[in-house]
Amino acid sequence: MLLTIIIAAVMPMLVVSSIILYQFDSSYHEKVYAHLEELVLKHKQNIDNFLKEKLGDIRLLATTFSFEELSNEDFLRDRLESLQRIFGPVFVDLGVVNARGIQVAYAGPFKLGKALYSTADWFQETINSQNFISDVFLGLRGLPHFIVAVRENHDGESWILRATIDFVAFNDLVESIHIGETGFAYILNREGELQTKTIIKEIPPGSPCADFVEGGVKVKGKIEILERVDESGEDELYVTACLKDGNWLLIFRQGASDAFAELYRTVGIALAFMLLGVLGIVVTAYFLSRRMVNRIAQADQEKEMITEQVVETGKLASVGELAAGIAHEINNPVAIMVEEAGWIEDLLEEEEFKDGENLSEFQRALQQIRTQGKRCKEITHKLLSFARKTDSRTQDIQLNDLIEELIALSAQRAKYSNVEIHSNLQENIPTLHLSQTELQQVLLNLINNALDAMEKTGGNLRISTRMEENSIIVGDPHLQIEVADDGPGIPAANLAKIFDPFFTTKPVGKGTGLGLSICYGIIKKMGGNIEARSIIDGGTTFTVKVPLPKSKEENA
Amino acid sequence: MSIANVLLVDDEVPFVEAMSRRLKKRDIHIVTSFNGSEALDVLENDLSVEVVILDVKMPGMDGIETLGEIRKKFPLVEVIMLTGHATVETGIEGMKLGAFDYLMKPCDMDVLMDKLKEAVAKKRNHEEKIVEARVKEITTRRA
Repeated sequence: MLLTIIIAAVMPMLVVSSIILYQFDSSYHEKVYAHLEELVLKHKQNIDNFLKEKLGDIRLLATTFSFEELSNEDFLRDRLESLQRIFGPVFVDLGVVNARGIQVAYAGPFKLGKALYSTADWFQETINSQNFISDVFLGLRGLPHFIVAVRENHDGESWILRATIDFVAFNDLVESIHIGETGFAYILNREGELQTKTIIKEIPPGSPCADFVEGGVKVKGKIEILERVDESGEDELYVTACLKDGNWLLIFRQGASDAFAELYRTVGIALAFMLLGVLGIVVTAYFLSRRMVNRIAQADQEKEMITEQVVETGKLASVGELAAGIAHEINNPVAIMVEEAGWIEDLLEEEEFKDGENLSEFQRALQQIRTQGKRCKEITHKLLSFARKTDSRTQDIQLNDLIEELIALSAQRAKYSNVEIHSNLQENIPTLHLSQTELQQVLLNLINNALDAMEKTGGNLRISTRMEENSIIVGDPHLQIEVADDGPGIPAANLAKIFDPFFTTKPVGKGTGLGLSICYGIIKKMGGNIEARSIIDGGTTFTVKVPLPKSKEENA
Repeated sequence: MSIANVLLVDDEVPFVEAMSRRLKKRDIHIVTSFNGSEALDVLENDLSVEVVILDVKMPGMDGIETLGEIRKKFPLVEVIMLTGHATVETGIEGMKLGAFDYLMKPCDMDVLMDKLKEAVAKKRNHEEKIVEARVKEITTRRA
């Protein structure tokens, strides 16, 4: 039952919460992806613009000035200085290289005059194409840098104007992409070499650059987002974009736990609330089900008691009908017997019998018939009383007075049985409004039973009355009468049957087995209760609860 | 002259026989019947009956019904109810219908004799008063 209540209460909450969490998770992922896409796209455009700008500047110089002019190192230095004035220290140096790869003029901080570049990759690439931006390399100077170069023609021969771009200035563009605690960016070339300074020394396995390095096709301008598990087993987010016409790859990497920190925190809070909710439901369900079970148990108990009472009442009613029938059937033959005995008695008074030898014996026998007839009459009277409860008219009764009368009535018999009667009657108890005859019958029956029980052994009979104060509070005011003896007690097996009609343990001819049944019927009809408890060799106590009028008006 | 003329009505034949013998011995003139309708027939034919001893529980017309009929047809006849059901309720019902008294079986002969004497006395007294009233009426008319 408890499990059913918990499942019924928790399931809808779990389903709704899961749907909400799933929706929230999806939305949050989309939001984070969109943000990262935009960020990487913006930086990709920045970097691409930076490179195009530098290439454009060099192209402008090469087309504006002639090979001769630019081959003049002073003139070239002036151009470099003016470029540095405009753009800052982005341009490190300028060089003019002829078709044979010899640097004919150089302006910059290094001593690279007349350097031979005929075998350098960048030279070959530039001669073959119109312009070129190299990868980052150490070169002759031993420092990371890259070259921006344009090719022009002079007198049928190609020449190249090249500029070295400050690595630091370029690196700043990438290094500035920093989000959260773990988000950073770097650039790779086709050889898988890092083109920027970064916190990682080598490319981690599993990163999306593998496809790029292996020559996988990258659609220009497209931003890709991937989730991969790194070597430590943590989820990593990769956002990639192609740069420099697909020759470089800008990679932004961030730990998933960092990128989705807010999501995880919110999910954590939601789960905590859900757990608290579930806990609340479980606790409530536990207490509710316990209360329900208790109520059902109580209802069952009450039902059982009512059923018992109904059975008992039914039993009494049917026995009552039977008793009335038996009474009549017995009464008639007894009446005939008694009348016939009376007739014999009448005849014995005739002269002829008066001197008879056995007259006294006849008279004794007739007396016995009369006595036994009277006993039969008493039994049938009791049966009828059981069936009809004679004289049930109610009247005001002073319970203590009634008990004292009964004690006085029983005193003689108690004396013969060597029983002492003790009374403990609470003073100033309220007046009862019941049938005096019936109550008298009940109490006399209990007293007689107690005296019967102690007939051989003697003992003490204690009768007490008291007002049940609590009963007023609970709205069921009643007085309690206790009749206790210290006789041999009633065995537990018999105790359950003592209120059953015709149940008796007295010798044949001594008891009818109706006394306590009648008591039970009378007390129940009054709206009271009668109970017995007994200890073998410790005595028996009968407790009778008789109802008081519920209000003063009723009492009056 | 007998002490009283009594009709004893009971469905128990041995009871009626025993009771009749005992009452006869006590100078009671007794006639018997064993059910209600028979009792009414006896009363129709024997106008000397002064008191009816009537059992309450009988097959056919029971004691209470018979009592009702007797009160209707023979208002001067007194009725003593005799019953194995001598409850207050039965007694009250009988008294309401005009019974003189009620006794419970088996009854003490002395008590029954006392009740019979009282009933006869009441009946005779009643009759005397009626006679007196009639005489007075006739005398008044003649005067």
